[in-house]
Amino acid sequence: MSVGAVSVLRLVLRRELTLSFRRPGQLLQPLVFFLIVTTLFPLGLSPQLSLLRDMAPGVLWAAALLASLLSMDGLFKGDSEDGTLEQLVLSGQSLTLIVIAKTLAHWLVSGAALVVVSPIVATTLAVPVEAFPIMMLSLGLGTLTLSWLGAIGAGLTVGLRRGSVLLSLIVLPLAMPLLIFGANATDRAIGGESAAGALYFLAALCVFTTTLAPIAASVALRITLE
Amino acid sequence: MSTARCRLDVDQVHVWRGDRHVLRGTSFRLDGGEVLHVWGPNGTGKTTLLRVACGLLRPEQGTVSWLGRPITTIPADYQSALAYASHEAALKGDLTALENLRFTVGMKRTVSLAELKETLEKAGVGACADLPTRVLSAGQRRRVAMARVLAVRAPLWLLDEPYTNLDAHGAEFMSAMLAEHVERGGAAVVVAHHDLALGCAVRRLELAA
Amino acid sequence: MWTWFYRLASPPSVYRVAGVFAPWLLLSAAVFIVYGIIDGLAFAPPDYQQGDAFRIIYVHAPAGWLSMFAYTLMAIAGAVGLIWRIKMGHAVAAAVAPVGASFTVLGLVTGSLWGRPMWGTYWAWDPRLTSELILLFLYVGVISLRAAFEDPNRGDRAAALLAIVGVVNVPIIHYSVQWWNSLHQGATVAKFAKPSMPGSMLWPLLAMFMGYMLFFFGVLCMRVCAEILNRERQASWVREVVRA
Repeated sequence: MSVGAVSVLRLVLRRELTLSFRRPGQLLQPLVFFLIVTTLFPLGLSPQLSLLRDMAPGVLWAAALLASLLSMDGLFKGDSEDGTLEQLVLSGQSLTLIVIAKTLAHWLVSGAALVVVSPIVATTLAVPVEAFPIMMLSLGLGTLTLSWLGAIGAGLTVGLRRGSVLLSLIVLPLAMPLLIFGANATDRAIGGESAAGALYFLAALCVFTTTLAPIAASVALRITLE
Repeated sequence: MSTARCRLDVDQVHVWRGDRHVLRGTSFRLDGGEVLHVWGPNGTGKTTLLRVACGLLRPEQGTVSWLGRPITTIPADYQSALAYASHEAALKGDLTALENLRFTVGMKRTVSLAELKETLEKAGVGACADLPTRVLSAGQRRRVAMARVLAVRAPLWLLDEPYTNLDAHGAEFMSAMLAEHVERGGAAVVVAHHDLALGCAVRRLELAA
Repeated sequence: MWTWFYRLASPPSVYRVAGVFAPWLLLSAAVFIVYGIIDGLAFAPPDYQQGDAFRIIYVHAPAGWLSMFAYTLMAIAGAVGLIWRIKMGHAVAAAVAPVGASFTVLGLVTGSLWGRPMWGTYWAWDPRLTSELILLFLYVGVISLRAAFEDPNRGDRAAALLAIVGVVNVPIIHYSVQWWNSLHQGATVAKFAKPSMPGSMLWPLLAMFMGYMLFFFGVLCMRVCAEILNRERQASWVREVVRA
């Protein structure tokens, strides 16, 4: 009686989400970080609303990327420390499938949460309400893509000292196209223009990464475990 | 589980860890109904050998074969046929013993909660079924890990220091489980510092420095 | 046939071959570079738009091209090591990384120097320079990752995977940076206008490209030899070599 792919996805998702929700404090950390980082900019520059509105796309996106990366470290670290990572690799199921489920679960509690909180943050940066849908859509696609890239980085740096710094170092250059397209989409939405071009690129990046990154991440995990 | 469905061949395996030549042409063959006791001083590569046998570590030279086929060609089949217990109990502290088992065993075969509870009872930790494993003692965690190995129902057991943290009762239970497994035609590789007092014949492999 | 290949790719034979090639490569590199520098700096006519400032292209353009070439080579060598488990692939990848990174830095510095007479500033977010900068970050990532592992085998394999992921991303990064720059055209006039080149300007440039390539491979051979000696230091043939 072998276990089908859907059951595996369900099992892993359920395990990850259960684990996340049993530590609710940890769930809030990326969100608070997101808020704090966006506060730095008005404090550092100027509270002038027009200036803030111009900066908003860049600030929102940089803060969202950094906040997502902050929690990315924990994707495999907990499992590596208590020995359950080996059990996952030896489960007889496709490691790629397991990685997909883990990363999705992680995105749901970090990236997706950031997207939900983003209107609040955007309001503090004088972003008009009409821009919210595009902004949230682009942030959703962007944080999802970043989660996939982060999974590769997490797989490569599990168990290394100062792994989280190295993780950011590795992932951020790869995430720069995301930032470019996502910030541009938000910028256009603020200006009332069509953001379709940028959104299409962002979606294409997301699909491309979704297809290939889980495979790379599972290879990375096998390398780490050797 | 008949003897025919169980054969592990480790052939001339060499592993280097940095500059250290940890495994130098280690070989053994294990059929169903046999227990291999791997022993030796610290640092001689006992855990490394076990991990090579699992397929977690690919040796620089040498092959590991299951039922005559190299494990690199049949990864999923081989993994379904083995149960690995490492030094650590490999349990998520925030999940209950039952939840841990449901996840790990559920990945390998469909199993009912009742059956898992029964297995936990058998391992002497039935009362801990609904407790998060981080509050359990080291001995209890080891028993939960053993329950997992039992519940998975794999023909090949690869156990790294399974007697750690177990009291006299626990050790007795462990030996009884091993003997039963082997009687049914299963095979086991056990890394242990001390002698294994099992009812059945035990082959020994010593790893020297 | 494969045994022949594996024997060719064995550490002692690579060491021997690389050792033989290195001095010849470096010598011919010197010839090309000397010619290219003299002709480019002294004899090629000044560009009618940029005057003499354009001459830095003789140092800048080959550096930029080589930094890309080196990254691709590093990724391919890493892939060979990762997929076919040929250790020499990892040795080559490890040898290429710092050399490629150095060429990237050279490209950035010369690009920055070129920018001064052209745009009046040492740095402007020109798309090519920005891509080079991100490429430098990618190099630093691969080098740091390899160094962070205690076990050199795992470090090699992790770095190889990262290099492969990076090489797939480089076209994406390159394109998105160009797109980003084209949106904000008004802000800067920065773009390296490649002057369309008559022969007298082109020959020295081609010579410099050739010279850089030869220099790169010469240095690579030397570094691969050093890597092999380090990695295989337990082997008896290495002790013979070192003793000699």
